[in-house]
Amino acid sequence: MTVTTITDAQLAPKDYASDQEVRWCPGCGDYAILKAVQKACADLGLVRERTVFVSGIGCAARFPYYMSTYGFHTVHGRAPAIATGIKLANPELDVWVLTGDGDGLSIGGNHMLHVLRRNVDLNIILFNNEIYGLTKGQYSPTSRRGTRSPSTPLGSIENPVSACAFALGAGARFVARSIDTLQAHLIATLKRAHTHRGASFVEILQNCVVFNDAVFEHITGKEVAPDAQVLAEHGKPLLFGKNKEKGLRLKPGTLALEIVAATAGDVLVHDETNRPLAQLLAALEPPFPAAMGVLYCSPAASYERDVYAQQAVPKGNSDLDALLNSERTWEVVP
Amino acid sequence: MATSAVSRSGRETRDSVVIRFAGDSGDGMQVTGSQFTLETALAGSDFSTFPDFPAEIRAPTGTTFGVSAFQIHFGGTDVMTPGDAVDVLVAMNPAALTVEVSDLKVGGTVIVDTAAFNERNLSKAGYAKNPLEDDSLARYQVLKFDITKLTADAVKPHGLSSREAHLCRNMWALGLLLWMYGHERTATVEWLNRKFAKKPVIAAANIAALNAGHAFGETAEMTEHMVGYVVPKATVQAGRYRTVSGTEGLAWGLVAGLRAAGIEKMVFAGYPITPASALLHTLANLRAYGVITFQAEDEIAASGAALGASYAGALGVTSSSGPGIALKTEMLGLAIATELPLIVIDSQRAGPSTGMPTKAEQSDLFQAVHGRNADAPLAVLAPASTADCFDIAIEAVRLATKYMTPVIVLSDGYLAHAAEPWRIPREADLPRFPVTYRTDPEGFHPFLRDAETLARPWVRPGTPQLEHRIGGLERDYDSGHISYDPDNHARMTKARADKIAGIANDIPLQHVSLGDDRGKLAVVGWGSTFGAIHQAVKIARDEGNDVAHIHVRYLSPFPRNLGELLKRYDRVLVPEMNNGQLVKLLRAEYLVDAEGFSKVTGKPFRVTDIVQRIRGGAPPPSEGSGLGGEAG
Repeated sequence: MTVTTITDAQLAPKDYASDQEVRWCPGCGDYAILKAVQKACADLGLVRERTVFVSGIGCAARFPYYMSTYGFHTVHGRAPAIATGIKLANPELDVWVLTGDGDGLSIGGNHMLHVLRRNVDLNIILFNNEIYGLTKGQYSPTSRRGTRSPSTPLGSIENPVSACAFALGAGARFVARSIDTLQAHLIATLKRAHTHRGASFVEILQNCVVFNDAVFEHITGKEVAPDAQVLAEHGKPLLFGKNKEKGLRLKPGTLALEIVAATAGDVLVHDETNRPLAQLLAALEPPFPAAMGVLYCSPAASYERDVYAQQAVPKGNSDLDALLNSERTWEVVP
Repeated sequence: MATSAVSRSGRETRDSVVIRFAGDSGDGMQVTGSQFTLETALAGSDFSTFPDFPAEIRAPTGTTFGVSAFQIHFGGTDVMTPGDAVDVLVAMNPAALTVEVSDLKVGGTVIVDTAAFNERNLSKAGYAKNPLEDDSLARYQVLKFDITKLTADAVKPHGLSSREAHLCRNMWALGLLLWMYGHERTATVEWLNRKFAKKPVIAAANIAALNAGHAFGETAEMTEHMVGYVVPKATVQAGRYRTVSGTEGLAWGLVAGLRAAGIEKMVFAGYPITPASALLHTLANLRAYGVITFQAEDEIAASGAALGASYAGALGVTSSSGPGIALKTEMLGLAIATELPLIVIDSQRAGPSTGMPTKAEQSDLFQAVHGRNADAPLAVLAPASTADCFDIAIEAVRLATKYMTPVIVLSDGYLAHAAEPWRIPREADLPRFPVTYRTDPEGFHPFLRDAETLARPWVRPGTPQLEHRIGGLERDYDSGHISYDPDNHARMTKARADKIAGIANDIPLQHVSLGDDRGKLAVVGWGSTFGAIHQAVKIARDEGNDVAHIHVRYLSPFPRNLGELLKRYDRVLVPEMNNGQLVKLLRAEYLVDAEGFSKVTGKPFRVTDIVQRIRGGAPPPSEGSGLGGEAG
């Protein structure tokens, strides 16, 4: 695609904001994500009329109304399907899908699976706040066991799905994770996702101040963050801790990770083209740090590109009269 | 067989004939029927066909639920239905005989393969005794041939395995039937050579079987009961003809509509479902015509992808049968709310739920007209015949793009597979209705309405300075922005309703298909029942009854003169293959005292069902008319 290289005037982040008043709760992590997306758009020089934001239903799904690009706020969970249709009709459009943990992994889980498997060239951003916000706080498919909510007064007894592990399992070829408050990292991640051709999947840990406040505090809290996050950067060792004193390595004789001192010789070097490694990183849970960054990136031909390749050959006869007169016909004379 | 006379050629003349080929689903009965149809068409007869096959792909051989049948009705005048009762039944095994013989006329002909009537097959078909050896078939003329052996002898020089030779039996039977009605074999020979181009031995063996069956009729081996017939040619409008199935008609009509609208691409998104999949298969081969097909992960995604394509400026089309249409409901609501064109083809089948997937019904009318949350009007059309499918598909494209609305086309499992002769139109003679995409930013908002049609502008993403946001949330009439204002919602609800209602001013007035535009009785139908109703009304009129046939192709909105027209008849009778749906819409809309007449057996109406009802009698009991015959 060439669209991203065309810039009319150099647009500022505010030029990607629509004239609509943003109506998320004060302090919602979505504000930071909106800001990061607008900054990424400006940095990438996206052409507004060629950019389409598509969403389903939920707090995150209000996103398109706040962008000055084209936008389609659709129905619950179905944004990947609608975005696929848009790309089939016009592969030149730069299409983003905004979704949440309920929208993308519960009601729309099937569509998410297939859009990733097909590798449609979309930028898919999943806001994960581990709760249903717009419907007032029910547990979601990413809520941890024990989550108390209006629909689980005794605590959830369901096992949560890991968004990134799901995406990898579905065959996604670009999987990344970031955090609403990690602005610089988030902007860089969004830009990486955008340059990837094919479906790119970015999970953003997002704080819901009203219904699930501080649910990621054990990862994002200032004090704990250095020990609770490991930044995956291609070609660099997987180190973490205040002074990068800890590292991850394969536990000898197993297919599992273990935490070792950074000085241990065999700390893993991140290879974003290594799918099994990405799967190990995506699934990390305490006491391990949560993996941030581009966990997996291995481009392949995108779906709509292959569709159009098939459309092109053989072009054949496009004469309607020839079609209607194909096979046996007979003449009735007056 | 209506009349009989002996022609100079020694053949007897028949006005029209109904033949049914029946056998195991692996016996090639559909192919046999299709080839007989082609030869019939080339011989100049009018015809109508009805393939009736089981839902099971390959049911165990010899079982009654594995019987596959193909019926053709052909003749010189006004053949509009596949025929009520069968003149000639070809039964390739005992199961086919037991399932199909009840539809054979008294005195009709049964042709059987005696080799298939062995103990094993008889027992699978539930026969305690061989019906060929007792008097249970005494009411019919039974022609018993060892088709298996005759075929094996014919193909012997080609060195086939016995299994391969067995598969040529249908061509032997076809050859015999072609001889009986004086049809040529040329097109079938050509077809066999084409189909088995890579297996010339198989082609040659099938042709040998075909020729042997034909020669069998021609030579001394004929029995006293077996004579040849002549069926007159039909007198039809001059022009070039072909056979067309409803599926082909819809597929080609969509392509014609795409071109008439001047839209570059059609995105057709479907999900496999009987009996709608054939449309996906047909369109998948029309890439050269700007068609992109997409097999989605489910019905919801299929409708979503089609809507996304329309949003992006292509023609979005999706297709399914009743249970799948139910899943598309939510997306139809979004298409109505965002006012985007979307075409939905529903090949109706018997239900509810999975129902009878291969059997036709007209029971999705309520679903199409009203089956959505909230006040969600859209346009609904129904083709009256396989040939009409082409015109209806073009009309669906015109209305969807002109009014920026979803349009549901109600086909059914019968129309999808049935075939008729079709006078091929020329593209130059087809209507043109080029769409305009909005490009002017001056005074733009996404829900500005055209003063005449009330349609909003169609804007393709990619158009500079027209960037805008749309969605399922209610929007302000004057700005298009999200609005929860109570008065605005009332105004928007009315605008959506008025837009669809206004289509009534842009479609033909309802005409009377047969009979006077006033009188004692109007028989009002819709969809694939056209032929049966038409023939029945014709017969009843010939008997002196004051009755007319009205067939409604536009079901939402109705043609604007329909209510006034119906009120000019003393009685209105509405035959439908459902439990009374159009009848309720008509009563609700026009306060006419319409009477329902339901048939829900999964089979099309027979002409006699309707004739008897017009005469005032109950329908014949053999088929029944389903419950709720008096539904009002």
